[in-house]
Amino acid sequence: MTATTAPPRRGPASHARADRDGRHRSPVTWFRGGGLSNLVFLLPLILIFGVFSWFPIVRAVIMSFQETNLVSDPTFVGLDNFRQVLNDPLLWKAVQNTLYFAFLALLFGYPIPLVAAVLMREVRRARGLYSALAYLPVVVPPVVAVLLWKFFYNGSPTGVFNTILGWVGLGPYPWLQDASTAMPSLVLAATWAGAGGTIIIYLAALTSVPPELYDASEVDGAGLWRKIWHVTLPALRGVLFITLILQVIGTAQVFLEPYLFTGGGPNNATLTVLLLIYRYAFQNSLGGDYGAATALSIMLAAVLAVFSILYFRLTRSWSTS
Amino acid sequence: MTLSPTDNPSEIGVVSQDSAATTDAVDDPDGTSRRAAAASRNRRESDRRKVSSRRRKALDGVEDRGALSEADWRRPSIRWGMATTHVLLLVILVVAGLGPMLLLAKYAVTPTQDILRTPMAIFPNGIAWDNLDKAWNDVQVSRYFLNTIWLAVGSWASQILVATTGGYALSVLRPRYGKVVQALVLSTMFVPAIVLLVPLYLTILDPPLLGRSLINSFWAVWLPAGASAFNVLLVQRFFDSLPREVFEAARMDGAGPYRLFWSVVLPMSKPIIGVVSVFAVIAAWKDFLWPLLVLKDPAIQPLSVRLPSIEASTDLGVFLAALAISTLIPVGLFLVFQRMFLQGAGLGGAVKG
Repeated sequence: MTATTAPPRRGPASHARADRDGRHRSPVTWFRGGGLSNLVFLLPLILIFGVFSWFPIVRAVIMSFQETNLVSDPTFVGLDNFRQVLNDPLLWKAVQNTLYFAFLALLFGYPIPLVAAVLMREVRRARGLYSALAYLPVVVPPVVAVLLWKFFYNGSPTGVFNTILGWVGLGPYPWLQDASTAMPSLVLAATWAGAGGTIIIYLAALTSVPPELYDASEVDGAGLWRKIWHVTLPALRGVLFITLILQVIGTAQVFLEPYLFTGGGPNNATLTVLLLIYRYAFQNSLGGDYGAATALSIMLAAVLAVFSILYFRLTRSWSTS
Repeated sequence: MTLSPTDNPSEIGVVSQDSAATTDAVDDPDGTSRRAAAASRNRRESDRRKVSSRRRKALDGVEDRGALSEADWRRPSIRWGMATTHVLLLVILVVAGLGPMLLLAKYAVTPTQDILRTPMAIFPNGIAWDNLDKAWNDVQVSRYFLNTIWLAVGSWASQILVATTGGYALSVLRPRYGKVVQALVLSTMFVPAIVLLVPLYLTILDPPLLGRSLINSFWAVWLPAGASAFNVLLVQRFFDSLPREVFEAARMDGAGPYRLFWSVVLPMSKPIIGVVSVFAVIAAWKDFLWPLLVLKDPAIQPLSVRLPSIEASTDLGVFLAALAISTLIPVGLFLVFQRMFLQGAGLGGAVKG
């Protein structure tokens, strides 16, 4: 984005084409031209992606129009699966909860890393220590983090958080046990686990702010706040948008926190779209409703594709400019 | 979003441009002599700073110039203000980042009754080292630990195999159909993982050509792990940045494609293989939903799947000791390969999408 002097990038290697004089192609020229070894090297990729990525993606689209169970052959049912999902009152609850989660995650998780990163950029000694501390929660396995926070959130007066808040005369709070506090508690834990990554992204972007911009603005007499407002933030515009999109894509697929913290409760207050998909497919007393699960995941993917494409365009222009 | 060493734009051209920009600024017609003097002093300082910053850059990969200039730093209000802010920030980071980990380490060796009654007291009734012992042996964390390591090693191998051979074919060999394959690989990045969940599960239940279900087999985790478009892209871009002359020279000396791969390309690719490896191990350690679905037998489940299911039936102190043990390897890896983690942090987020 701000890299004004990217080194000349090596174009697609033209010499690799030397052994490819496709005048007339027969098996012999194909073999001599390295066709077989090309294929040998591509084989692991094609096999693994074919079986475990491309084929399942196509299959997901097909399955969303089918009634599938593991006993009889699947039958096409048109748009029935989509209709069934869209008529499920739980879906709207799940969508609402997911949006609420996304909103809270933005509220907690968007400004804090930005402020922290801008401040950390000015640290002159042991900046590595700051980044390491900020990033530490990110490397804690998510399951461990959730189970640990679940214990911290213990609603009794001797729970860890309630004890700490008790020192200043607050609480005790029910945290996960109450429908109104459950979701904010989830988001708080998720923010703790994720903020470090965002801080590091911002720090990387901040180091690429051209120093001459600051120098020039100083010569023009800009103070600290004007420098931050007119140099730092504009330089971060691109990356701020990218983290926003990443966060939307990430929060739309939140599963682990509601699944492990609350199982979707209390009273479906933390049921998210992904949890609903999981329930359709794997927690169904009538056997897996694979049609409904794939239909809902296709719909979610369609919504997220818009954001993914935006993200891809931005990162591409960002890294090649 | 590159990690290749040749791609760091801040290394080369910026410095010369920078002094040019400063000179332009000095030519400002409004500039009083005082300001010009300040500017030239600034420039001299910035030159000195650049030398030291280049030295530092070589050490930790960042360039040293924030919004505050040397002149700002000499003002007491700024210096004391920033010092206070930074100490405050450090305290917050220690409390928020390190605090929960320290608490976990403390609970791992605290008697259960103390944890329940007085969670914030410092060992009122002594230390219970046997929490760790019970977790490791009685709750069989040792076994799940080993399972996790197996899963990580296998996923690592499959990711490295697919990414290096595929990246080599797409970047160096470049067959005609390479563009198509690459487009197909890239397109999978747009598909959220959730779409794959059900059809991939059914594929594992009844894989093509094998004739038997892969459920309850490590292969059910290892093989799909290889299908990471992000890895292929990363490795391919690294190979793209390797000097073609070396390949040509090797070809002139009669090296075929296999020899070129094994003796030239792979040895030159240690940095990127390191990055992919660390990511692979960490991702395998974090993975939860997929192993939960395909590894139903508790005897082969990894820690991430096992921990939630033993939560209810395990003594709290022992359970927290189990959590602490599960955290050791990732945190240890982080402390050892800190730079690699922090450089790749932005990329890590991109994979999840």
